[in-house]
Amino acid sequence: MSAVLRVSALGKRYGELDALRDVSFEARAGELIAVVGPNGAGKTTLLSIVVGIQRPSAGTVERGGAGKVEHGGADEVSPVAGPGRRPRVAGRAGWRVGWAPQSPALYSKLSVAENLELFARLEGVADPRAAVARMLEQTGLGERAREPVGRLSGGNRQRVNVALGLIGEPPVLALDEPSASLDPGQRERLWQFLATRVAGGTTVIFSTHNVTEAQRYATRVLVLAQGRLLFDGPPQTLLASSPEQEQGDERDSGDLERALVRFLAEREPGPT
Amino acid sequence: MRWLLRKDLLILGRSRLLLALLIVYPVAITLLIGLAISRSPSRPRVAIVDETPPGETVKVGDQRVLVSAYARELFDQVQAVDVSSRAQAVAKVESGSVLAAVVIPPDIAARIASDTEAAQLEVLYNGDALEQSLVASTINSALAQANLAFSAQIQQAAGSVIGSLLSGGNLGSIGAPENLIGLTQIAPTLGSVIARQPRGHDRTQLERIDTFAGFAAQNLSLAGRVLSIIGQPIRVDSVLLHGRRTPLNTFAVVVAVDLSLMLVCVLLAAGGVALEREEHTLARLIGAPPTPSGAGGALISRETLLAEKTLLAAGCAFVLAFAMLAGIGAFVTLDWGRVGQWLAALALGAVAFAALGVAIGALARDVRAASLLAFLLSLPLAFLALVPAGSVSGGFYDAIGAISFVFPFKAALQALDAAVNGASPAIGLPLVHLAVLSAVFGALARVGLRSVE
Repeated sequence: MSAVLRVSALGKRYGELDALRDVSFEARAGELIAVVGPNGAGKTTLLSIVVGIQRPSAGTVERGGAGKVEHGGADEVSPVAGPGRRPRVAGRAGWRVGWAPQSPALYSKLSVAENLELFARLEGVADPRAAVARMLEQTGLGERAREPVGRLSGGNRQRVNVALGLIGEPPVLALDEPSASLDPGQRERLWQFLATRVAGGTTVIFSTHNVTEAQRYATRVLVLAQGRLLFDGPPQTLLASSPEQEQGDERDSGDLERALVRFLAEREPGPT
Repeated sequence: MRWLLRKDLLILGRSRLLLALLIVYPVAITLLIGLAISRSPSRPRVAIVDETPPGETVKVGDQRVLVSAYARELFDQVQAVDVSSRAQAVAKVESGSVLAAVVIPPDIAARIASDTEAAQLEVLYNGDALEQSLVASTINSALAQANLAFSAQIQQAAGSVIGSLLSGGNLGSIGAPENLIGLTQIAPTLGSVIARQPRGHDRTQLERIDTFAGFAAQNLSLAGRVLSIIGQPIRVDSVLLHGRRTPLNTFAVVVAVDLSLMLVCVLLAAGGVALEREEHTLARLIGAPPTPSGAGGALISRETLLAEKTLLAAGCAFVLAFAMLAGIGAFVTLDWGRVGQWLAALALGAVAFAALGVAIGALARDVRAASLLAFLLSLPLAFLALVPAGSVSGGFYDAIGAISFVFPFKAALQALDAAVNGASPAIGLPLVHLAVLSAVFGALARVGLRSVE
């Protein structure tokens, strides 16, 4: 299966600070990729460049050229972003990466349905009302459709936030710490919802501090530290790199966290 | 842009306080300005204490002018409140029920009649510096007009005496001789007597008297005009070189409308842009990658976003300002024949203010900061633009002029003043100025939106 997203030698500098250095990876359709790492590792910077909010200082972000993808992978990749330039579109092949930032990006005075319809129209969705109805059904927000977003709970706001990221049916959805403000029940519902999207072929990339979530739901883990990509592989591989795992259950929720801490202690690059 | 505009109108409609403010504000300001202009007391309330004895007169020649006539003249210039003593006057001034008190002393007639002492009035007032300045200016103006009127009465009395001296007849005052001969009658009467007189010393003496009488009559007839010149030696004849005279009332209307236009535009535009940042939607709107249609790298361009916010703020403020102007027209006479120019001035002014607003909004991080910045920037600039030439030093005025030039308030004021009052400069130049400022602030806003985070 070919890549739906290809990130090559990505770098980002803020003055003297290297927020990202030579980060490269590929994402295929239907993957659920967790980006983990300590604070300041560059997780949010990586995602914001992938979705096009920030420009990279070096490297490129290329996306599969199949446009709207619901089930299955993209056929080829086309360059969309490079150093010092805005992401550009390669003919009809261009599509946008869905985006759900950590702080919900919603109009609090508008209702759930009005928020969804506005962004469906701005994204040029062919039938905005049908897309809104579909998204309300998929997120279970139908009963709250007319309620102003400002009155929703944090969990429901996050669901609307994710729904906005998906309203244009993008092949790739990026989420920045999507479960940070959710209680366990809301978190569970969110991952169930995302799992159905992944099963449908959508690629999901999310950043998180919660290694348990990464271990439980992700098919791949990217470990970032000081802007460098230190690990790219399945959680099991990371877990296996820890000596303790030889004796225990490799899917034990606590162990990946311990494995990550050990891994970072051994591999984290020193200050340059 | 249509959907963004619809979204912002929905949000505006649901912000009940803001909506109420947008409706109540123009109505309230219109009523306040209209009533202030149309119902303002033209004469200040002043307590008058007349301590002169009843019927006190000032003797001018053989005639007497009542001191109370002087007081009457003063009363005509103010809204007089009669009080019987100085103590009562002081109490009224201190309580604020009158602006000031004027005490006419009992010896004023004697002082006017004397050749050595000037008559003096006592003026009592209090308050802060601004109030003191206002009172002093008002009372001085009233006294000056009363003096002028009193002087006219004295001139009239003196003129009457001079007329009697010239024409003769009965002077009408008790004890004055009847059928008095006038100076102008002396020459012809004496001429016939001289003609019958033989040459000699007596005739020569009579001829000298005749010459004097003719000369005196000729020169005394000029005295009336001389007296009127002494009463008002300098008259003002003003010539306006450019434009036409702007009544203070309609200029005040223009200032009020311009201020309202500025505040609504700048606050709405700045708040609108800052709200996108505060709600974290800015990145979603202008920072996202290309759409499936391949239309561009963002859902909308930064220019579209700025144009939408400018249009919304300018549109709302335009309607509000026009409603104000039309409403004030019920109180003050405005030339509706110039309505086309009003609309042009309001439209360009609104766009320039909105462009300033979006620039502020793009630079601020949230709505509160944007609103505060908009207030802090707008009000002092409006104040500076209203500083008249000559009230500050030349260099400082030039600096104020330069600052006012790079912000839209003064240009909008000039455009509106030209549109409403036909004032100078003509409307074209300020409109061009506003268009340039709109472009500059639009560009600044575009730079401010470089970062969406």
